[in-house]
Amino acid sequence: MSSRETLKRVLKWIAPYRFLVAGMIVLAAVTVLTTLYAPILIGRGIDALVGAGEVSFQRLWNIVLELAVVAAVTALSQWIMNLLINHITYQVVQDVRDRAFRHLQILPFSYIDSRQPGDMISRISTDVDQFADGLLMGFTQLFTGVMTIIATLAFMVSINVKITLVVVVITPVSFLVANFIAKRTFTMFRLQSETRGEMTSLVEEMVGNQKIVKAFSYEDRAFERFEDVNERLRDCGVKATFFSSITNPATRFVNSLVYTGVGIYGALCAIQGRITIGQLTSFLNYANQYTKPFNEISGVITELQNALASARRLFELMDEPAEPEDDGDALQLDNPTGSVAFEHAAFSYRPDVPLIKDLNLTVKPGQRIAIVGPTGCGKTTLINLLMRFYDLQKGELKVSGHPVRKITRDSLRAGYGMVLQDTWLKAGTIMENIAYGKPQASREEVVEAAKKVYAHSFIRRMKDGYDTYVTEDGGSLSQGQKQLLCIARVMLMDPAVLILDEATSSIDTMTEIRVQKAFEELMRGRTSFVVAHRLSTVRNSDVILVMKDGDIVEIGNHQELLYKGGFYAKMYNSQFAR
Amino acid sequence: MRSLLKYLQNYKKEAVIGPLFKMLEASFELLVPVVMAHIIDIGIQNQDRGYVWKMCLLMVFLGVLGLCCSLTAQYFAAKAALGFAAELRSDLYRHINRFSYHELDRAGMAALVTRMTSDVNQVQNGVNLVLRLFLRSPFIVVGAVFMAFTISKKMTLIFLGAILLLSVVIFLIVRTTLPIYRRVQQILDVVVRRVRENYVGARVVRAFSRQQDEARQFEKTTGDLKKTQLLAGRISAMMNPLTYALVNGAIVLILMMGSREVYKGSVTQGEMTALVNYMMQILLALVALANLIVTVTRALASAVRVEDVFAMEVTMTDEGNERQKAKKGSPKVAFRHVTFSYDQAQAPSLSDISFEAYPGETIGIIGGTGSGKTTLVSLIPRFYDCQSGQVEVDGNNTRSYPFAQLRKKIGMVPQKAVLFAGTIRQNLAWGKEDASEEAMLQALKTAQALEFVEKKPEGLDTAVAPGGRNFSGGQRQRLTIARALAAAPEILILDDSASALDFATDAALRRAIRENTKGMTVFIVSQRASAVQTADKILVLDDGRLAGQGSHKELFQNCEVYREICLSQLSKEEVTAYE
Repeated sequence: MSSRETLKRVLKWIAPYRFLVAGMIVLAAVTVLTTLYAPILIGRGIDALVGAGEVSFQRLWNIVLELAVVAAVTALSQWIMNLLINHITYQVVQDVRDRAFRHLQILPFSYIDSRQPGDMISRISTDVDQFADGLLMGFTQLFTGVMTIIATLAFMVSINVKITLVVVVITPVSFLVANFIAKRTFTMFRLQSETRGEMTSLVEEMVGNQKIVKAFSYEDRAFERFEDVNERLRDCGVKATFFSSITNPATRFVNSLVYTGVGIYGALCAIQGRITIGQLTSFLNYANQYTKPFNEISGVITELQNALASARRLFELMDEPAEPEDDGDALQLDNPTGSVAFEHAAFSYRPDVPLIKDLNLTVKPGQRIAIVGPTGCGKTTLINLLMRFYDLQKGELKVSGHPVRKITRDSLRAGYGMVLQDTWLKAGTIMENIAYGKPQASREEVVEAAKKVYAHSFIRRMKDGYDTYVTEDGGSLSQGQKQLLCIARVMLMDPAVLILDEATSSIDTMTEIRVQKAFEELMRGRTSFVVAHRLSTVRNSDVILVMKDGDIVEIGNHQELLYKGGFYAKMYNSQFAR
Repeated sequence: MRSLLKYLQNYKKEAVIGPLFKMLEASFELLVPVVMAHIIDIGIQNQDRGYVWKMCLLMVFLGVLGLCCSLTAQYFAAKAALGFAAELRSDLYRHINRFSYHELDRAGMAALVTRMTSDVNQVQNGVNLVLRLFLRSPFIVVGAVFMAFTISKKMTLIFLGAILLLSVVIFLIVRTTLPIYRRVQQILDVVVRRVRENYVGARVVRAFSRQQDEARQFEKTTGDLKKTQLLAGRISAMMNPLTYALVNGAIVLILMMGSREVYKGSVTQGEMTALVNYMMQILLALVALANLIVTVTRALASAVRVEDVFAMEVTMTDEGNERQKAKKGSPKVAFRHVTFSYDQAQAPSLSDISFEAYPGETIGIIGGTGSGKTTLVSLIPRFYDCQSGQVEVDGNNTRSYPFAQLRKKIGMVPQKAVLFAGTIRQNLAWGKEDASEEAMLQALKTAQALEFVEKKPEGLDTAVAPGGRNFSGGQRQRLTIARALAAAPEILILDDSASALDFATDAALRRAIRENTKGMTVFIVSQRASAVQTADKILVLDDGRLAGQGSHKELFQNCEVYREICLSQLSKEEVTAYE
């Protein structure tokens, strides 16, 4: 995406606030002009005070009055301008964040599964801030800077052309100096940020896994590695910090040269009587103000570039194709029967690695399907397809006799109850978590569901019972307790089809037995798909799908498969090998 | 903050020279308006061109001096700040390395990472800024007042009044906005949390069709954020306009009061310009100071957090411990009436545990989540000290060993399979730096990892991404097992480290361990009955108590808890397969 294109799209985001932006620009102009007018008034005021006995009080009074009004106007317009900038910035930030978040909700799983959450988080938090701050602050600074330069020039020319020339000739030097230093320090900065990155990853690895470090008595070796990076960071840090801090004093020095130049030339003119002393003071004032924007501009431009880079990352996110929407005539599946059928289904995550090639499977209502196979054979792929987290590339998946593509996603998913191995809880109360799929559920219903899965007793013992707040990662809840909450969540839904990713880690012994029973109860009369790790679950299933390398290699029940003596039989028997 | 100052000790010279030269620079800056006043009053009034040139050369000279001083100041400030940070970081790391698991649990390892990185960086920035700028602003303010005083005593009053008002305004604005900005930060954390939550939990959110609700909740949070930011913005938006108005008001007063003084002849026209100039310098200095306060507050908050880490005492040491010799004929590992509870826990996690494990034995440990399995095995390498009873290795109390000697005997495979950035070879060398290639390959073979490692074109030198992200969960687990085996430990502890393996691989792994680790005492922690079934001795844990110990057959007959676990997981044939 070119910068121009990015900028165009950025403008579209700001477009709703164009009147506010216009107001902001007008006020910025007013602020700059009045700010620059004040030194002239001060100069005139000083001209009114020539020396002992030579003071024209009447003129001074008028000037002072005017100065007070000008200062008040400046302050007022600056204040309103600041308010407008804040308003626009924060409003745009909210707009963009909300839009990005809504887009997140319709991104396909192929995107979500292939990226770390950190990337999304940094886009929605840091990039949005950087984009809005950088753009608006950067824009105002750039605008007022340029305005100041032009207006100062105009004011100076109106007083004296030649002195203006002195200023104009010397000032760019400071610009050049700043640029020169920035270029020189760039490599040092890069080295510093690389070394700092190295330090961060080392510390994250070592301190973040300190328990393992200690288990292997690796502390001393870790410390050696750390000291090496630490020393290097110190050395390149001193250089980078020092050289980058040269910019300020150096440009300040150039400014003082400008100031001196104006001083000499102005004084010489004053001796000839070509300008008044008050005008000289105004000039000296301007000499200070005029150079400031020049020094800031390079910083502002980097900020704008950063803002554009952030905007580009945001557009990238927004441009990620969303899941295809439901068909307009998609069916609202209200009473699912529980029948599921794959017809010549083919699917793969990556076109070059075929996974499911030709799957045919008819599941009658109420049947129990176990999915087994070695690690990484694609057992969860079936869950992805059933839930329509991914779409088939070929063939058809029919639920209750209808192709899933013709059913609205929401109603399709409402027919399922899903318990995944990664127990996901939301930061919120226990109550909210259990009622996640049915927010309108009454307290009684929630308690009822919790009781059925034997979660009631531990919930009741918690600090605030059902109103206990749990954090994102479940906080003090054990893995088993989190699992129970996830099961309760489904129990409340009463779905026609169950999709269970059996937990490899179990809930404490006694509870687990009860939960197994509760699951049995729940599964009765319902179609269920279980990614099974327990042999008992596998054996009790109507159909066992044996998967290997993404493909379904065997289908049948326990007895049939054992008799067949294939992969399943081998796997099953390896269990008993001594 | 004070206790951290000792890290500046080696940089005393730099820490003094830095601010000193900065103040020198500031004083040269303060002289400029006076020089200009002289040019006006003497040079111009007397039409003395030579004097004008002389004074201007003086100004250039002051500028050059100022530049030199400033560069000196920056250099020493940078040296002091970076040196300070390096020593602080190094000492902090040394301190953290001495932490036992108690302290690690209490502080949290993620928090320690933040302390070591971003907090130390913040403190470093703070030190650098304080050394460079913090003294400069007050010095300019005081200096400007002093210079004004030498010009006119009466008008100094205006300066004092203006400074007082400016300080009050800046102080009030900074003080009212700081807590609001802190609140903004908190809401921002909620925004981040919601994004993460919805990203990680996208499957559940969509399975329950809650996308719209989640988006609405998110919008409510961003709405809150906007409101709070606007509130903070409204207040801080007053800073520049108010200070500007105040300074110009002061200038108006200076002109009015000055007019009478000039009329009387006690103040010259040039001196008037100098006064106006000083007023403006004060404004710039105070605004710079206000910006500085924000950074310094942040640095102080970080410093307090770092100090808290230093304040944590190390509760377990191996100081004064001599290397121990194994006592002949004693069990490899023995627990004698061990009771242990975590910090601040009400109930003990282990109560009165006793057992013995002899060289070459395989010990299975089974029990539900939270029954104390992991706690039990983490007492063997003395990650924690038990409150009563004792843990013995080779007949010696574990408390009498130097940590390194004890832990080198033990190969630990933790629950969480983490690999470290580098190569597979480097990871395998973690336990034993000079492990031979044969030993590594053998370890991989036993851990059922040789096959997939050999498939990689670079074999042992295959790169490992941080955390081992470029390997699947099952592969990671097998590599961590190989890592422990490569050091040829006397005791191997597998803490539920086959959970991501399918049962076929799991079984093959257990068989290989049984065959290839002769003489090694192996602890297998698991929730699967099938994993411990073949062990020489099984410890059954239930809620921190030893519900039974013995062979599968004995326990199945005598131990209620064990029988229930078996029956829930295995079929009849499986239960009796080993009888």
